[in-house]
Amino acid sequence: MTGVAIVHSHLFEAVLQLADDHLILGHRVSEWCGHAPMLEEDLGLANMALDLLGQSRALYAYAAEIEDAGRSEDDLAFLRVERQYQNCLLVERPNGDFAHSILRQLYFAAFMHPFWHHVAANSSDETLRGIAGKAEKEMAYHLRHSAEWVVRLGDGTDESAKRVKEAVDALHHYTDELFQGSSAMTACAENGVLPDVETLRPSWTSTIADVFAHGQLAMPEVAHPQTGGRMGEHGEEMGHILHELQYMQRTYPNLQW
Amino acid sequence: MYSQGLIGADSQTEETQEFLDAFQARIDAEEKIEPNDPMPEGYRRTLVRMIGQHAHSEIVGMLPEGNWITRAPTLRRKIALIAKVQDEGGHGLYLYSAAETLGVSREQMTEELLSGKAKYSSIFNYPTPTWADIGAIGWLVDGAAIMNQIPLCRCSFGPYARAMIRVCKEESFHQRQGYEIMMQLAHGSKAQKDMAQDALNRWWWPSLMMFGPHDADSEHGDQSMAWKIKRFTNDELRQKFIDATVPQAEFIGLTMPDPDLKWNEESGHYDHGSIDWDEFWRVVKGGGRMNRDRIAARRKAWDDGAWVREAAVVHAEKQATRKVAAE
Ligand SMILES: [Fe+2]
Ligand SMILES: [Fe+2]
Ligand SMILES: [Fe+2]
Repeated sequence: MTGVAIVHSHLFEAVLQLADDHLILGHRVSEWCGHAPMLEEDLGLANMALDLLGQSRALYAYAAEIEDAGRSEDDLAFLRVERQYQNCLLVERPNGDFAHSILRQLYFAAFMHPFWHHVAANSSDETLRGIAGKAEKEMAYHLRHSAEWVVRLGDGTDESAKRVKEAVDALHHYTDELFQGSSAMTACAENGVLPDVETLRPSWTSTIADVFAHGQLAMPEVAHPQTGGRMGEHGEEMGHILHELQYMQRTYPNLQW
Repeated sequence: MYSQGLIGADSQTEETQEFLDAFQARIDAEEKIEPNDPMPEGYRRTLVRMIGQHAHSEIVGMLPEGNWITRAPTLRRKIALIAKVQDEGGHGLYLYSAAETLGVSREQMTEELLSGKAKYSSIFNYPTPTWADIGAIGWLVDGAAIMNQIPLCRCSFGPYARAMIRVCKEESFHQRQGYEIMMQLAHGSKAQKDMAQDALNRWWWPSLMMFGPHDADSEHGDQSMAWKIKRFTNDELRQKFIDATVPQAEFIGLTMPDPDLKWNEESGHYDHGSIDWDEFWRVVKGGGRMNRDRIAARRKAWDDGAWVREAAVVHAEKQATRKVAAE
């Protein structure tokens, strides 16, 4: 491969990884639609699913353009196998109860908001700056909305406090992976296209610490961070997500919908 | 999504003739009745029931289409579907608020839905086994909803009329989106075309039933018409829907599942075969394929969410107490 081709393939991989995070989390959040604890949350969760899936669509479309191999946004979103999806493990975790889902949203948004902010302000890639400008505003809402809920639940009833603590126990060890740059991400950071994810850690940690303080939650010690999604090493749920997500495209190949 | 020809309206009222005449004069002058205006108890009850049924229909209506969100075939379709289901939730919220202006809380209305006391549109008691059902619902069910709701934009009760103006804009967008799904399928592979025709076969008759029983069998049409809550009869609206929809099916090469359907030169309308009212009443009374599942899903969401709603209330109380303590 030539130097230009390598840069190109790193950009493709990094954009695809971002797209996968947004698609899989959007899929999870969309599972709530019609089943939320109150009508306002049916609307709020649907809103967040729409933002995430809209971002994934823009990213897949850009990845398809970079690849320039005749694959469409839908080919990339729907027609790969488990090991080819590079989303982090956090986003594929099952919805669990509302505390799990809203905490998962907080963890992700506390990472993506500064991520997109950095891209919008600093990226050398014009398309990504455009995507980031919109996504940054959307993630600000996700962050605010999920943070407010985590505080309400943590500082609500005994039951809600217990449930949100259980969610922290169940999910916190997946957060380290957010800061694990793949080789593609690292290369893009070196080129000034994307931020070095490790530099976002202090901001993420202080956001979470602040929310947890208001919600009377303790920052847990994580003995064994769980990672692997970036290398396509997913949990057992991933195949079930794809089984649903890909159902139509697999059952009726090569058709227009 | 829609207000069915109202099931079980109650227009009994006990006011003096003088009061009723004065109210009727306002109605006849096309004045809008606002929540704090004096109104006959029967008028209020009819509206509570009607708006409540409509709100419940929007909410229960999220379920059959929600069934396809995680399996929608493309990102574009997935996003459009979520946005549609979200719109229906928004309609529900808007309508619950309109009903609340008449003094009935959302909690109360929800309990009545879950207990089976309040009805919702029977159309949502049919299942959505295939992707084409998403097209058929948008095209036919939202299409029928629009026919029902456009006249409601002129309903005598102000908050309902205003809600309907906004809702109708979105419903007509849903209808076009559904028709576009059907068109894509009808112009697609044999499997896609078959899927579209099958969905049309299953949804056509239930869509016609959405307008409610024939006028001759309808118990409470007259008073609702006099109060200008309703503006057209069930049969008039059904005929408008048929006349508008049959050419749309022909245009995309699908066949209505009614051998008796034919254009009547003399009347300027389509004649249609007879509607199976036994099926309609069976589904209204709880015997549809999905009645139990729909209520069970709503009950599960409500029960599972109880601790969340409670936490929000308790947190708000704690905050208020702290604020007072700090002052
Ligand atoms: Fe609606
Ligand atoms: Fe409606
Ligand atoms: Fe609709």
